[in-house]
Amino acid sequence: MAAMFSQNPLMNGPNYSFNQTPTAAAAGNKEHAFYPYTDNGGSTLAIAGEDFTIIAGDTRSTSGYNINTRYQPKVFKIGGTTSSQDDANIILSVVGFAADGEALKERLDAIVKMYRYQHGKPMSVKACAQRLSTILYGKRFFPYYVHAILGGLDEEGKGAVYSYDPVGSYEREQCRAGGAAASLIMPFLDNQVNFKNQYMPGSGVGHDLQERERKPLPLVEVEALVKDAFDSAVERHIEVGDGLLMMMATKNGIEEKYIPLKRD
Amino acid sequence: MPGFDFSNHTRNAALHARGVPLPKSTSTGTTIVGCIFDGGVVIAADTRATSGPIVADKNCEKLHYIAPQIWCAGAGTAADTEFTTALISSQLELHSLSTGRKPRVVTCMTMLKQHLFRYQGHIGAYLVVAGVDPTGVGLFTVHAHGSTDKLPYVTMGSGSLAAMSVFETQWKPSLTQEEAVKLASNAIQAGIFNDLGSGSNVDVAIITKDKTTLKRGYVRPNQRSEKQKSYIFARGTTAVLNEKIIRKEEISKYVSVHDLGSEETASGEKMDIDA
Amino acid sequence: MNHLPQGWGRPRDDVYGAYDASYLQNSGPNQHTQQPVVTGTSVVALKFKEGVVIAADNLASYGSLARFTDVKRLRTFADAAVVGFGGDVSDMQYLDRLLTSLDTEEAYGTTGHTLNAHNLHTYLSKVFYKRRSEFNPLWNQVLVAGVDQEKKPFLASADLLGTTFSAPSLATGFGAHLAQPILRTLAPDEEAAAGLSKEQAVEAIKECMKVLFYRDARSMDKYSIAVVTKDGIDLRENEKLEAQSWAFAEKIRGYGTQVN
Repeated sequence: MAAMFSQNPLMNGPNYSFNQTPTAAAAGNKEHAFYPYTDNGGSTLAIAGEDFTIIAGDTRSTSGYNINTRYQPKVFKIGGTTSSQDDANIILSVVGFAADGEALKERLDAIVKMYRYQHGKPMSVKACAQRLSTILYGKRFFPYYVHAILGGLDEEGKGAVYSYDPVGSYEREQCRAGGAAASLIMPFLDNQVNFKNQYMPGSGVGHDLQERERKPLPLVEVEALVKDAFDSAVERHIEVGDGLLMMMATKNGIEEKYIPLKRD
Repeated sequence: MPGFDFSNHTRNAALHARGVPLPKSTSTGTTIVGCIFDGGVVIAADTRATSGPIVADKNCEKLHYIAPQIWCAGAGTAADTEFTTALISSQLELHSLSTGRKPRVVTCMTMLKQHLFRYQGHIGAYLVVAGVDPTGVGLFTVHAHGSTDKLPYVTMGSGSLAAMSVFETQWKPSLTQEEAVKLASNAIQAGIFNDLGSGSNVDVAIITKDKTTLKRGYVRPNQRSEKQKSYIFARGTTAVLNEKIIRKEEISKYVSVHDLGSEETASGEKMDIDA
Repeated sequence: MNHLPQGWGRPRDDVYGAYDASYLQNSGPNQHTQQPVVTGTSVVALKFKEGVVIAADNLASYGSLARFTDVKRLRTFADAAVVGFGGDVSDMQYLDRLLTSLDTEEAYGTTGHTLNAHNLHTYLSKVFYKRRSEFNPLWNQVLVAGVDQEKKPFLASADLLGTTFSAPSLATGFGAHLAQPILRTLAPDEEAAAGLSKEQAVEAIKECMKVLFYRDARSMDKYSIAVVTKDGIDLRENEKLEAQSWAFAEKIRGYGTQVN
């Protein structure tokens, strides 16, 4: 049924009935207009732990079948006091149209920095998450063409991940994959992080079978999961590869880690 | 009636006009090359097949057999390259049988171009044809619309420019076999690492007047790294809502069984799973 | 047979949708949405130990016509950076004017010139991004070559959409397909580029210009090449391609069955 969904902008939703043909021509001028967006490929991934958050992204930038560069980070530290961002406590990842991603990152960074100067304390991840939503919705009719994921530690020191759609709808989650290979990575995460479709062997019969208990994973295990997720995405998605940049937020600040990926 | 069946054409055109998208075919967004050397010709290909941005096959074969001394590298729609080369291979075999001569590369090239021209580009096969016959060494490219080219070195597919950059900087007249294989393999690797439509391994076929050597996986520069974690589930992890056991003895209640009498069971390839 | 247009072959509305007559209008509001007209082709650049080499040919094409054969597409900025322009030539000249005034403003400042290649790239990318956001793009892809604040080699790209990226080697247009594979084998990463000498880098870039002339139908054999280091810029605007090889062409006979 999904294949029947129309790609034609004249119609929306599913249409396989011959009665849905538009009988009035589209109004206004039609021209081969300048298209202000492009897709730079790549993928991101975020997982929140008990007392940490990992956000990772591959470092390949593409246009069409070309590789622009093998190293362009999609994961950034936000709101530090210096240009090196050493003392930052919030991580942002953006994937999609890289120019919009860059503009969004710079705007959020400037806002979080201003907050620190005006209030004399760093912005909470929760507040930053709400602010990011507002920024994205502010461009509701000319959106930032990105899938943003924000992360850090919440007020209780627990790992927090917030994920966004391009126009600012957001939600706090345990884990989220974004970008080109999101549909490849997300089901893996559902199974391995939230233990979806996993039951405790011999805990009952039929519907009485008990689901495997959810408990937060330790940092080393999550790191291994992230590496495996990206290695697999590289195998099956042509726009993912070259390198993996991970950022880990803990109570000691943000640690960075780079791992090479396949370059084909 | 041989040939294609067009009976769904009108229906599909009407559906398409209504916005139903065309089905996606597997394309070998590819790098393929060919290069002549003293005494023969070498063709090479990468081994990635794609469907949109998804890798459909990580180790597919793009070097097709036409005749013992004529081979073909294919780019474009996977099914078209597969069936077109198979069709011409068959026709060339019959032609060879009826004439009592060895098949020639020009004959193969001409049959391919006439077949493809008739279908006006709708058969999306982009080919590099190479071989050795009694008249000498032959190397051609054939485009989907039926045009051909004859050059000492050729490239095709989405990685053709990357591969051509290697030939344009390193090719020289009268190469040895070793030099030509090295050059072709380097050209494919330029495609593998610079073109997203190409990837995985390098396949090579070397054709001389005496023999053809197919080197599957001549270079494998993209081996998958070891997994960090084991993903074996404990038995019973998957929920079973209902269970019904049918014993071998009573299977004839459900299907008709003919005993073949042989004790031998077919041995398939062992599945690739974690230890 | 009847008088209805449908009977005479007009596409039926129930099959193809209603006819969109707006294609026929040529009045109405002015739209600044555009396309490139007179264009320059590839720009190629490569980092080496002390700096960056950058080159572009001297041709400006008008579609398939080789319209202007003496156009300088490399522009120096305050002895600190070189910008290589691909794409629309009139937009290039506008940006050139913009950079000239920026240069003048900076020179009159109390501290004198402080802008480096990195700053210039940031400036240009913001101009591009602003213009694309106004739906009035500057139809170029540019490479900025020079040294950064730490006097280390700097090379980055910016284009009409505001997309930016940096790598040890870069090429725009056709060069992205034909020159990058050559340059990437020479300098796969920053460490490899830092191990290249100026002579090696210049030679590689010249080789790329040759391959581009062989294979890009919108290119020519006269080009500009610049070497940027912390000590300044060495720009040559009238280089001619050397050591071309067309001998193989002698032996080619036809495209198929022809033998003599």
